Amino acid sequence: MAIEIEQPRVGLSKVAVSKTHGEDSPYFAGWKAYDENPYHETSNQSGVIQMGLAENQVSFDLLEKYLEEHSEASSWGKGAPGFRENALFQDYHGLKSFRQAMANFMEQIRGGRAKFDPDRIVLTAGATAANELLTFILADPGDALLIPTPYYPGFDRDLRWRTGVNIVPILCDSSNNFQITPEAMEAAYQSAESMNLKVRGILITNPSNPLGATIQRSVLELILDFAVNKNIHLVSDEIYSGSTFSSSEFISIAEILETRGYKDAERVHIVYSLSKDLGLPGFRVGTIYSYNDQVVTTARRMSSFTLISSQTQHLLACMLSNKEFSENYIKTNRERLSKRYDMIIKGLKKAGIECLKGNAGLFCWMNLSPLLEKPTRESELALWKVILNEVKLNISPGSSCHCSEPGWFRVCFANMSEQTLEIALERIHKFMEQRKRN
Amino acid sequence: MRLVVPLQGVAQGRGGLLLGSLIPCALFYFLQLYLKRRRSPSDPSPPSTSSSNQPGMTRHSSLSNLLSRGPLRISSLATAIAKPDDSPYYMGLDKASGDPYHRIANPDGVIQLGLSENRLCFDLIEKWTSENLRDWVMGREGGDLSISGIATYQPSDGTMKLKMAMAGFMSRVIGRDVSYEPSQMVLTAGVTPAIETLCFCLADHGNAFLVPTPYYPRDMKWRTGVELIPVHCRSKDNFVLSISALDQAFNQTRKRETKIRGILLSNPANPVGNLLSRKMLEALLKFAEEKNIHIVSDEIFAGSIYGEKEFVSIAEVVGSEDFDKNRVHIVYGLSKDLFLPGVRVGMIYSFNENVLAAARKLTRFSSVSAPTQRLLVSMLSDTRFIVEYIQTNKKRIRDMRDLFVAGLEELGIKCTDSRSSLYCWADMRNLIPTYGEKGELELWEKLLNVGKINLTPGSACHCIEPGWFRCCFTTLDKDDVRVVMERIRKVVGSRTSCG
Repeated sequence: MAIEIEQPRVGLSKVAVSKTHGEDSPYFAGWKAYDENPYHETSNQSGVIQMGLAENQVSFDLLEKYLEEHSEASSWGKGAPGFRENALFQDYHGLKSFRQAMANFMEQIRGGRAKFDPDRIVLTAGATAANELLTFILADPGDALLIPTPYYPGFDRDLRWRTGVNIVPILCDSSNNFQITPEAMEAAYQSAESMNLKVRGILITNPSNPLGATIQRSVLELILDFAVNKNIHLVSDEIYSGSTFSSSEFISIAEILETRGYKDAERVHIVYSLSKDLGLPGFRVGTIYSYNDQVVTTARRMSSFTLISSQTQHLLACMLSNKEFSENYIKTNRERLSKRYDMIIKGLKKAGIECLKGNAGLFCWMNLSPLLEKPTRESELALWKVILNEVKLNISPGSSCHCSEPGWFRVCFANMSEQTLEIALERIHKFMEQRKRN
Repeated sequence: MRLVVPLQGVAQGRGGLLLGSLIPCALFYFLQLYLKRRRSPSDPSPPSTSSSNQPGMTRHSSLSNLLSRGPLRISSLATAIAKPDDSPYYMGLDKASGDPYHRIANPDGVIQLGLSENRLCFDLIEKWTSENLRDWVMGREGGDLSISGIATYQPSDGTMKLKMAMAGFMSRVIGRDVSYEPSQMVLTAGVTPAIETLCFCLADHGNAFLVPTPYYPRDMKWRTGVELIPVHCRSKDNFVLSISALDQAFNQTRKRETKIRGILLSNPANPVGNLLSRKMLEALLKFAEEKNIHIVSDEIFAGSIYGEKEFVSIAEVVGSEDFDKNRVHIVYGLSKDLFLPGVRVGMIYSFNENVLAAARKLTRFSSVSAPTQRLLVSMLSDTRFIVEYIQTNKKRIRDMRDLFVAGLEELGIKCTDSRSSLYCWADMRNLIPTYGEKGELELWEKLLNVGKINLTPGSACHCIEPGWFRCCFTTLDKDDVRVVMERIRKVVGSRTSCG
């Protein structure tokens, strides 16, 4: 009788088998539930409404209008302006016209209060790649980055998975609206030291995801002082900067540097992307803007692993350098997001739910802690499951954002029509009424 | 009181002049030191006089910073990469792109023969894009033109539409009876991230891959930490790999306690242009099974074959025999077959579900841009165009190669016999001043700086025999070939083929 010999299975790497991609967490589990039963205005009115995806769909018509009226942006072939010149010189510097357009766009968003040099812009395929690349450049495997909580769940994967770098949280809580304090930063730093981790930088998201609020000027000054004091880097992820409801409320770290005469600028790096402000995550456009020459050179070389295609660069260069379009877009996008925000806050208030006062982003930070059986993570997840399975809304539990206080949830409002948002608010209302009765 | 004395001395013009100037200076110095010590590290030091209000000026750490805690650190990885790249491959590319030859506008410029780009059918691409790219950015979703189809988040490993279009194209361009399964594809923003992603999936930091030399100057080590161990092939064997050489390299590396995770092949080979025979592929698969390692086959030039010799993909061999498919992974890309400038589309094609699952998750760091995906689906689905393109392309590569190789032969320079890929592997061993890498680089430099042509020296490709050069001819026009030969002749003189 033949004996079955087990063939040796060829092995995979530690990265391949690791769970650091985090796709087993509730943040992603909710998406699966949505994929299996997605809401549709006409064909599936009882489906799950996706409120866990921070996508901006409120201003597509502005993009479409531009493209209809400007065929030169999408024309790409014989006789098209710049085609041959661009065609024959392709490398990781990216199109100069595109970098110039990005620099101008970033200046416009900041109301001209900061200037950006196109030669300091490094292009990457999305902010995800930009954040990971910066982590590779600023920290060695085993080092640590300090990140204020609550933070975007994707950071656990993007900053740690292939880099081997650790995240040490800076704990923030509702007692002061989740603002970052020097005490919290110092505590995090000490905590890292006690674990024998070398802190290499602090990474902030401004405006914050998931809080939906900008960081105040005074706090930014304290954060920069802290970074200077500890001689570490400061990464400011400003991908929601164009999604602030009013232009004056967003202060960029670039403005702080400007007022300080660019002293200590060599430790500051800004990440930007068009995925949130322009609603184009499918285009995969991200940038690293660094005031540090070595970082710019290194990032540019390593960007060969994550390049943006030239047609996309050309298309966006045309669009963003059209001042009429970009000014109108920024203004209108802000107004629409602000309107949506007011709508959802009002609707939630009617249902008896309070939110953190926000002024930016594609989501609000909702407080359901009064509904928890016990102030624990388990209770929060139990509530989340109920909302997912019974109310049929996919929202993101604060624990997946590492929030230290249970009961907070991130609710996205810009990835759907107003009608769908009304339906979602009705469902929440009904749910709260039911709970009152019980 | 004591202060007054030296001043009195100054006033009275006695020795006090020295003290009178020294003491105030000393006092001033100690005052400065006292003030500096009082200042905590976070207080701003006085603004420097350099033009510090320009954006993007590199700020040097203030003196107090340096005194208290040393310079601002970046990672060890970054420090290594920030160093200027002194490899001839990149230096040559830089020089050529800084002073590019143009028949009319810059006839003394550097002719680029170091970049394996295929521009021979650029005119066909230009024509197609100008005739067909109307409304390509927006699609018709439910009747109206809308951007939502490509604006929103897409699957990070590529849309099924594009994968299917790629499968069809690959079958056509490789011209064999192999069908490619879209569900086994993972698309990335270019071939470079495809290979890096595979390295991340198959090997840990400090592990190694065996690579037959000569090979394209690629370095996967930066972020993956994966070493490439050369397995030398020689001209006496026509640079064909031998299993015994592979075995020897494997054992030697094992002795150093470095774990070998796989073999990295390119087929057709870059820079030599060899094709791996079916027998060799079978032998390689057997070897991989014996040692329980992976095989990565970079087949990006598979569509550039125009000779009679048949190309056999490792996918065919593993499909037809009883080999373990889980260890075979193929890398492919569009840019060599379909020159669309700046289009970044690479592919990992694997039979291993676990590798595919991990690679898919990693593509979030290097996904193909959605507008590019749509453009490609459109182009690749135009069967009539694709068939015409493939035929014309192969003919033009063959004609250009014949012209180029004949030109070299007239100068007494022979090339290896390969009817595939976009370059030829030229034997200039009898033209280098001294036998060795130094001699080879001297010739390379002379050709670059005096002859103004950029070739890739064999040493940049880790070739163990000095004197071989890779010449890419697909960026040339027919008339440029004559200019190239003239310039080579100027540098090396001419030798008849009997010399």
